[in-house]
Amino acid sequence: MSELSVKHLLGIKYLKEKDIQLIFETADHFKEVINRSIKKVPSLRDITIANIFFENSTRTKLSFELAEKRLSADVINFSAGQSSVNKGETLIDTVNNILSMKVDMVVMRHPNPGAGIFLSKHVNASIVNAGDGAHEHPTQALLDSYSIRERLGDVAGKKVVIVGDILHSRVALSNIFALKLQGAQVKVCGPKTLMPKHIESLGVEVETNLRKALVWCDVANMLRIQNERLDISYFPTTREYTQQFGVNKALLDSLDKEVVIMHPGPINRGVEITSDVADSKQSIILGQVENGVAIRMAVIYLLASKIK
Amino acid sequence: MSQKVLLSSKEINIILHRLACQLLENHLDFSETVLIGIQPRGTFVADRLTRILQEEYGVKHIDVGFLDITFYRDDFRRGDKTLEATQTKIDFLVEDKKVVLIDDVLYTGRSIRAALTAIQSFGRPSEIELLTLIDRRFSRHLPIQPNYRGRQVDAINEEKVKVMWEENDGEDVIYLINK
Repeated sequence: MSELSVKHLLGIKYLKEKDIQLIFETADHFKEVINRSIKKVPSLRDITIANIFFENSTRTKLSFELAEKRLSADVINFSAGQSSVNKGETLIDTVNNILSMKVDMVVMRHPNPGAGIFLSKHVNASIVNAGDGAHEHPTQALLDSYSIRERLGDVAGKKVVIVGDILHSRVALSNIFALKLQGAQVKVCGPKTLMPKHIESLGVEVETNLRKALVWCDVANMLRIQNERLDISYFPTTREYTQQFGVNKALLDSLDKEVVIMHPGPINRGVEITSDVADSKQSIILGQVENGVAIRMAVIYLLASKIK
Repeated sequence: MSQKVLLSSKEINIILHRLACQLLENHLDFSETVLIGIQPRGTFVADRLTRILQEEYGVKHIDVGFLDITFYRDDFRRGDKTLEATQTKIDFLVEDKKVVLIDDVLYTGRSIRAALTAIQSFGRPSEIELLTLIDRRFSRHLPIQPNYRGRQVDAINEEKVKVMWEENDGEDVIYLINK
């Protein structure tokens, strides 16, 4: 096994366990590269990558761009706000126009679930999904698992609880797929209103008591309340949400073990996580960001090697 | 497929000792010199030479590193397979040092070209030398020649030189394999 089973990274759902292991092994090497004084390798010098973002992003976009540049790819950036999309151009037209400038790979974030899959069927380029609506965010899930593996040695057998807005979270769905594929046990925790119906069918358990979930788990992945996606009121007040589902130092100290705290960012300090927890040594939040570059380098390198 | 023994364990040992002496002659106490084994198989040669220099010739300390050249190769996307990386382990800077790149077989010279680029990520060496156990003559694609060579071999393109090591393959032996 030395190559990915897929041509595009559209979601974790389409990956096999050995794909994830290959990505992690490759990321190990890139992590060594990005800690050198010269952090760049020439592998992708004849590859051009377009980062197409139809939705706001800070860290994912920067992380992808840095990963691409560390691999010596040529990079073009495109944000929907400044584009002809506002003039009525369709997605396929937009992307085909970009591809006619000889682009080999497209990294796309889009508000509609399935946008990446749709695109992969209609254009001739390798597609990397950087988040499609409330569907999947595969590179985030990969870097989350990679960070767990780095901290705890392995993902298999570990107990992970994902806390927060599961209903609107692409990070939650991709994480569930990735963790289950690697043999971890997963619980989701949050208000009933923010729990998708039939979530148990993915092989996860629902827990509505945060304390019980924390007592059970090795790792807690704290998600942000996606205010921009909340069309109706799912819980009475933010303050009440924080009281029931926010982690703070006192709660963690009352447990008889050290739970690893993760967060995909951006953090709403004082809502789902307090500052003292976010900045504590239990938290691997900044490690996740560093690993994000290595993981994205690995994904892009492995996908690019299939472009002939 | 047929194969013949090119060098036996005894011959390999004699050659390694000669190469160690040649290194010693040029680098004395290795205070300004680092040895870099090129992954995946140059590392065995580097390890053996280090052991001989330290155990038999009393060199106190040698900096030895392993360099993976995968991401610097010029055949990315040109073969059927994804190029798989191995570990790089260089715990020191090569700035102003004499670097000896070490590999088992020198064939087209493309790996060495990649290694010359890769090593620059760890600083600017004062000079770089090349040591190879086997030098396949008349097969170079690039103007690269070794400073230290174990044995020069005439092999046609259809043939393959395979270097086996006791610690990895069960015995020290070098085969010439006709595919």
